Amino acid sequence: MIKVTGLQKSFGDVKAIDGVSFEAADGRITGLLGPNGAGKSTTLRILYTVLKPDAGTASVDGVDVVENSLKARAGMGTLPHGSGLYPHLTARENIRYYAQLYGVAENSIEERIDSLIDELDLSDFADRRTRGFSQGQRTKVALARALVHGPQNILLDEPSNGLDVMATRSLRELVRTLKNAGRCVLFSSHVMQEVAALCDEIVIIADGKVALHDSPDGIRNATGCDDLEDAFVKAISSPGER
Amino acid sequence: MRTWQIVFRKEVLDNFRDRRTLLSALLMGPLFGPILFAFVINLSLKQSLSSDTEALQLPVIGQQHAPNLLEYLKSNNIDIIDGPADRAAAMQAVKDGIHDVVVVIPEEFGAQLADATPALIELISDLANTSAEREARRAMRVLQRYNQELAGMRLALRGVSPLLMRPINVDQVDVSTPSGRSAILLGMLSYFFIFALLTGGMNLAIDATAGERERGSLEPLLCLPVSRDELIVGKILSACLFMALSLSLSLVSFYVTLKFVPLEQLGMTPNFGPLVVLGAFFLLVPFTLLGAALMTLVASFTRSYKEAQTWLSAVLLAPTLPILIVSILQVRPSLELMLVPSLSQHLLLNGLIRNEPVNIAHAAVSVCATLALGAALTWICARLYRRESLLG
Repeated sequence: MIKVTGLQKSFGDVKAIDGVSFEAADGRITGLLGPNGAGKSTTLRILYTVLKPDAGTASVDGVDVVENSLKARAGMGTLPHGSGLYPHLTARENIRYYAQLYGVAENSIEERIDSLIDELDLSDFADRRTRGFSQGQRTKVALARALVHGPQNILLDEPSNGLDVMATRSLRELVRTLKNAGRCVLFSSHVMQEVAALCDEIVIIADGKVALHDSPDGIRNATGCDDLEDAFVKAISSPGER
Repeated sequence: MRTWQIVFRKEVLDNFRDRRTLLSALLMGPLFGPILFAFVINLSLKQSLSSDTEALQLPVIGQQHAPNLLEYLKSNNIDIIDGPADRAAAMQAVKDGIHDVVVVIPEEFGAQLADATPALIELISDLANTSAEREARRAMRVLQRYNQELAGMRLALRGVSPLLMRPINVDQVDVSTPSGRSAILLGMLSYFFIFALLTGGMNLAIDATAGERERGSLEPLLCLPVSRDELIVGKILSACLFMALSLSLSLVSFYVTLKFVPLEQLGMTPNFGPLVVLGAFFLLVPFTLLGAALMTLVASFTRSYKEAQTWLSAVLLAPTLPILIVSILQVRPSLELMLVPSLSQHLLLNGLIRNEPVNIAHAAVSVCATLALGAALTWICARLYRRESLLG
């Protein structure tokens, strides 16, 4: 479970987020939706502790990300912007490196990697060096890397960027599987259809603030629009007006 | 396994597969120095050896005026060849570099010699040309010796001992040992080794920050539940390993190279046996921590791999500075100087090559000071690795 209360963060004079609050529950898929530059990535970066908030708190399974960042990070699997893999290592070695750093017990690492390779359909390229992988292959490996320690909370920053239709579909399936296993999935996107197709909860962020937080149906009702895309446009153009 | 060990192992594996790292660590650094060294030494040896043993080809104008002088020159390993037509042509030929030196014997030479007035001989050469200067000096030396012999004979004819012409007899006694003389030449070795060492870890040092950032792998790495201190320590240590590897290869390649350089012919016996190689390794290996931390530190301020490479080439030159100053000032090793990294390694290594006994106190101070500075820089790197702006 992820809880964010009154988060604020500025870079110089630019206020990236200004009082963001929301909750992402276990067993649900929560989508952070907003136009480019709205503050989605900043919020996620604070959650996975590479940025410190100027004000407000954020916690992962009740562990404060500032006070106890090491423990908070242990409870998360993250897929940050762009999935940097090490080009000279094979997919399996990339995953193994993270498994070791996550502290997965040495004797269960290989088993765990094998099951992820199976689950994410990586077997065709698992033992090839990742230089020259397609974007879809990269994302899959990065995802396996993020899930290798079986985290309760999964944070994905624009995971479907650059993926083709088939890869996007398999990503969606995976996210649903994670949800059904009782995990808390939080992901950001600027693509309405994707969020609509997947999410149980949608948090619309615009100009560093939460414009709306509801279920897809709730958002349709609140904005009076049947179409989610219209609702999205309405929500970000008049924040606070429901 | 500790975090730093995991990182260390991964970096080593990763970089052993990276052609760029391997090229600079295992080929460029270790081979560049010895090859350059052997080439330069061989060339200069050839020059200086050939000029003394090979006959000097000396064009002489007016050969018919001084048959005795020519005989004397011939007996001093100088081959007389026909010179240009006249003095003006000789000047032009020397100017154009056709001849290095030309001797002109005027018509009056024989008459002047008979009158016992100083007889004129002209030696035309271009002193701005180093190899010509050497030839000119050689011809000059022989001519002066001839001059002395003639003077001696004239005195003897008049019943005066030629010894009167030598009121003082200066004998230069050289106390330098053959290995001491070689230290002059091998003085630059220490810098070659430090250069090779630094080149070996350069790519790893860049990779710790700028490289990871450029590849996009830094952010996921920092999201892991591990301390950043351990990440950076693992990375710096892996750079140290490559530096040590590059250093030992460079030592070995020098050891082999010196076997093929005929330094003995210059009266030098380089003291660079297996024991010295081993000693040099232990004196230089503390420098890896300092080098790795310094390079990581500098690279962490850069935005990209390319920018980091530019800055680190400057770091490669930094260790020359103390060495350069010292070779100009000619200082003797002292305890205080052992506090300065690169300088202390240079002085100690020179001592080894001179075959002087190792000053244990000096060596200990050098090792400790270098390690302490390396540790301090590592600590600063770790502080910088905690910054938010690291992600760029």
